[in-house]
Amino acid sequence: MAKEYETVIGLEVHVELATKTKIFCGCSTAFGAQPNTQTCPVCTGMPGSLPVLNKQVLEYAIAVGLATNCDITRYAKFDRKNYFYPDNPQNYQISQLYLPICRNGGVEIETQEGGVKTVGIHEIHMEEDAGKLIHDEWEDCSLVDYNRSGVPLIEIVSEPDMRSAEEVIAYLEKLRLIIQYLGASDCKLQEGSMRADVNLSVREVGAKEFGTRTEMKNLNSFKAISRAIAGETERQIDLLESGEKVVQETRRWDDTKGESYAMRSKEDAQDYRYFPDPDLVPILVSDEMLADIKARQPEFRTEKMKRYKEEFDIPDYDIEIITGSKHMADLFEAATAICKQPKKVSNWLMVETLRLMKEKEVEVEDLRFSPENLAKLIALTDCKAINSSVAKEVFEVMFDENVDPEQYVEEKGLKTVNDEGTLRKTIEEVIAANPQSVDDYHNGKEKAIGFLVGQTMKAMKGKADPAMVNQMLKELL
Amino acid sequence: MANIISDETIEYVGILAKLELSDEEKEQAKSDMGRMLDYIDKLGELDTTDVEPMSHVFPVQNVFREDVVTNADTREQLLTNAPEQKNGMFMVPKTFD
Amino acid sequence: MSIMDMTAVELAAAIKAGKTTAVEATEAMLARIEEKDKNYNCYVTVDKKGALAQAKEIQTKIEAGELTGPLAGVPVAIKDNMCTEGLLTTCSSKILHNFVPTYTAEAVLNLQRAGAVILGKTNMDEFAMGSTTETSAYGVTKNPWNTEHVPGGSSGGSAAAVAANECYYALGSDTGGSIRQPASYCGTVGMKPTYGTVSRYGLIAYGSSLDQIGPLTKDVTDCATVLEMIASHDEKDSTSVERQDTDFTSALIDDVQGMRIGIPSDYFGEGLDEEVKAAVLKVAEQLEQKGAVVENFDLSLVEYAIPTYYTIAAAEASSNLERFDGIKYGYRTQDYAGLHNMYKKSRSEGFGEEVKRRIMLGSFVLSSGYYDAYYLKALRVKALIKKAFDEAFSKYDVILGPVAPTTAPKLGSSLADPIKMYLGDIYTIAVNLAGLPGISLPCGADKNGLPIGLQLIGDCFQEKKLIQTAYTYEKVRGAFPAASKEVG
Repeated sequence: MAKEYETVIGLEVHVELATKTKIFCGCSTAFGAQPNTQTCPVCTGMPGSLPVLNKQVLEYAIAVGLATNCDITRYAKFDRKNYFYPDNPQNYQISQLYLPICRNGGVEIETQEGGVKTVGIHEIHMEEDAGKLIHDEWEDCSLVDYNRSGVPLIEIVSEPDMRSAEEVIAYLEKLRLIIQYLGASDCKLQEGSMRADVNLSVREVGAKEFGTRTEMKNLNSFKAISRAIAGETERQIDLLESGEKVVQETRRWDDTKGESYAMRSKEDAQDYRYFPDPDLVPILVSDEMLADIKARQPEFRTEKMKRYKEEFDIPDYDIEIITGSKHMADLFEAATAICKQPKKVSNWLMVETLRLMKEKEVEVEDLRFSPENLAKLIALTDCKAINSSVAKEVFEVMFDENVDPEQYVEEKGLKTVNDEGTLRKTIEEVIAANPQSVDDYHNGKEKAIGFLVGQTMKAMKGKADPAMVNQMLKELL
Repeated sequence: MANIISDETIEYVGILAKLELSDEEKEQAKSDMGRMLDYIDKLGELDTTDVEPMSHVFPVQNVFREDVVTNADTREQLLTNAPEQKNGMFMVPKTFD
Repeated sequence: MSIMDMTAVELAAAIKAGKTTAVEATEAMLARIEEKDKNYNCYVTVDKKGALAQAKEIQTKIEAGELTGPLAGVPVAIKDNMCTEGLLTTCSSKILHNFVPTYTAEAVLNLQRAGAVILGKTNMDEFAMGSTTETSAYGVTKNPWNTEHVPGGSSGGSAAAVAANECYYALGSDTGGSIRQPASYCGTVGMKPTYGTVSRYGLIAYGSSLDQIGPLTKDVTDCATVLEMIASHDEKDSTSVERQDTDFTSALIDDVQGMRIGIPSDYFGEGLDEEVKAAVLKVAEQLEQKGAVVENFDLSLVEYAIPTYYTIAAAEASSNLERFDGIKYGYRTQDYAGLHNMYKKSRSEGFGEEVKRRIMLGSFVLSSGYYDAYYLKALRVKALIKKAFDEAFSKYDVILGPVAPTTAPKLGSSLADPIKMYLGDIYTIAVNLAGLPGISLPCGADKNGLPIGLQLIGDCFQEKKLIQTAYTYEKVRGAFPAASKEVG
């Protein structure tokens, strides 16, 4: 009988923090600058330069630790991790090994069976990101850009508590939501501001010991993670079934080929010679500092959902969707605060926004329209300055370009014509031009009025309030 | 000499330190390192149970900077010392990820 | 008095009084370097053009009353491991043979703000690893008192330049005695301040937890004055200490009445040259006559300081020197096959023997399986050594002893046996491990006419007690002849 295996997974999640400056120097972290234009002697490993810790990095790391139920290390230090690579300008990375800032936490995830389980967090540590290597297309060389070098990261190391790709994704989504709620990072997998390395081993169901694990890197989407987990599980089971051993190693996942390969090199000793960085002083987290960060923790999803239920008369389903993203919840709250119409705001988000996101393949974090503009749009429809079909048209432009709806409507002349004289004149012309429909109406065919309304709207180029047209038509007929 | 340094150890440390020693230098390094370690082994005479390792002499802690951008674009200066450069970047032998 | 014979403070006063100018003093120094440095090789780089330009600018500012400090207009030499914007900075290594920094070390900036004229960069042991200045890639420096002898190291170029009158004062750096020992060999005053007193920003690191910049000067007054100028709290250096008591010149007081001086018996045992011993003990007597309370005591752990130091310094150095990889600056080998070969060849060709020796040792003591046994053990012993000093300073204001077991050895006699060379650091090294201040000043000469150095060690932040004791002794001793006079 075939043996039954279970997969054991732990994750190392790197999250790029949303600070303005790098972890150890005053260089900007803004995305997309020209190569090496956001660098200084510190983040390029110039001789004699020295690091000084960005306080915001520590505060974000502690905030994430608190939100994931970790113990905060009251006496923490930075260590040097020594290895040579061109993207690592000092040839050591400043990280934390011996006294990381957070330990012993965990988050709850929902399992496929509908239950709840806790994924333990072994530790969270602060470290600096590496630079970027670009492979030159014309010459046999690589080029180094240090703009990313020194961008602050936290690495969240889980316990080997996950058993399936679904659990892994549930855990990552949970982490992402917590961190986004904190404003500590935008956590975009595609852009690399959230990166996950998967530690995976297999063992026979019922076995007490863990099998030998491998570490898989280069996973930049949930799909790639799922595929890599499936692929690696299969590879390891095949090895065991054929009597071979799993080798503890780092593997790189190639998502286009759908397979992983070992990243081994004779020159890669994997002996990082960690030791406390003598250039940085210890961190002492005082009661006050901790209390201060605790006091500034935002409202997380569960509390927010509860509050929405109490404050706003909107469906539970809407609340679920809106609070499922910090960005969406922020949009909702800000727009509601201006226009005081939660139901209408929620409607715009639930219907048109979700429709356009799907149609245009836009992620929720990338929504561009501002809450101010959404509130303005609602106000325009409220005062009947535009009708609902014009509103939808305007919203789509807002969705793409975040235009100011008032200006846009004005510029494009989309305002509903409320001038009775003009409307009356148009309707009279429509009546005169369509005697057949007028007759039908008088003969009791109520539907005929619909045609006449349509003709009037067409003549008005859409800029009329259909209800008003309807009423005036009835009068004139 | 109590500490005998093997060829493998010298080879291994060479990989860690990115140093390539000639055969002659290797022999010298084996002997030097062995002697130094013998000398360092003297520390074993001291009982350091319950002594905390001291990396910093003074209790200086919590030295921070505020999260404010202070550095401007100094790429031109950065690259003045580069042995080889191209397109505003440092040029290195081809790397494989 | 000829301006050549003036101390730094005297020269600044003369410039201020209009008796001479910064330009005249700079020209005199440059002429002297031109004439003499081929004999001594104190400098790696002499910035003739730059120095004259600075001197002119500074002279104008002095005359305009914009620069009034006690060192304004005085020419200085800087050890070649401190970055100087636009001026070659080599650490006396081939690997930095062409490195021109785009920034200046904070300590040097402090001097520039005070109106210093930078003459050039002084020779040193490569990356400050050595005690003789013989490991430099740019030739050995010779002791101006006797050119068959070493000037000491690693700040040998700085000490020799002061002794040879090729500058008015110099900056050095001290990781295990690298200011105090060459000062002793060259008959100058040298001081290593309390760790954190002078910013390390721009100092090319050897052992980061031990390195401190300090002055090498003609006398104690200059030493206190220079230290006062370079000490600062620097936000760019996390280990920089905020101090309110850096008015070191206020301690230039001729009085040691009631000063408690401890003489560690363990500094006067086997290995110490008899002449050195006699000269140092004579100082103790003289200070006692001036009212100091002198007592012998056992410091303990002295023989453990060297292995502790070499473990910690080598470990930190192995990491600090990783950045020299042929990618961003410095030497890159000509022919290589691939990335790792480029690293290995650039570094193997770029670093000298002693540097490689320490990198290998440091990499080993940090490597998997040895970290606890070697590195952590050394950090534990360091804690014990610090405790031994704490106990001593609960009884004494100042510890008095020799700087080195002997006077300057002959050229070529030290490098053959590294451990023997390391043993020469026995009296200076523990001071760095414990972060303490220490001063070295001349207290006599041996039968060959080579200077003997006296070392005073103080508790953390107690530089003033050292300066006061040293100043008092200097008054008792009288003027110490300059090497330039001895050998012409």
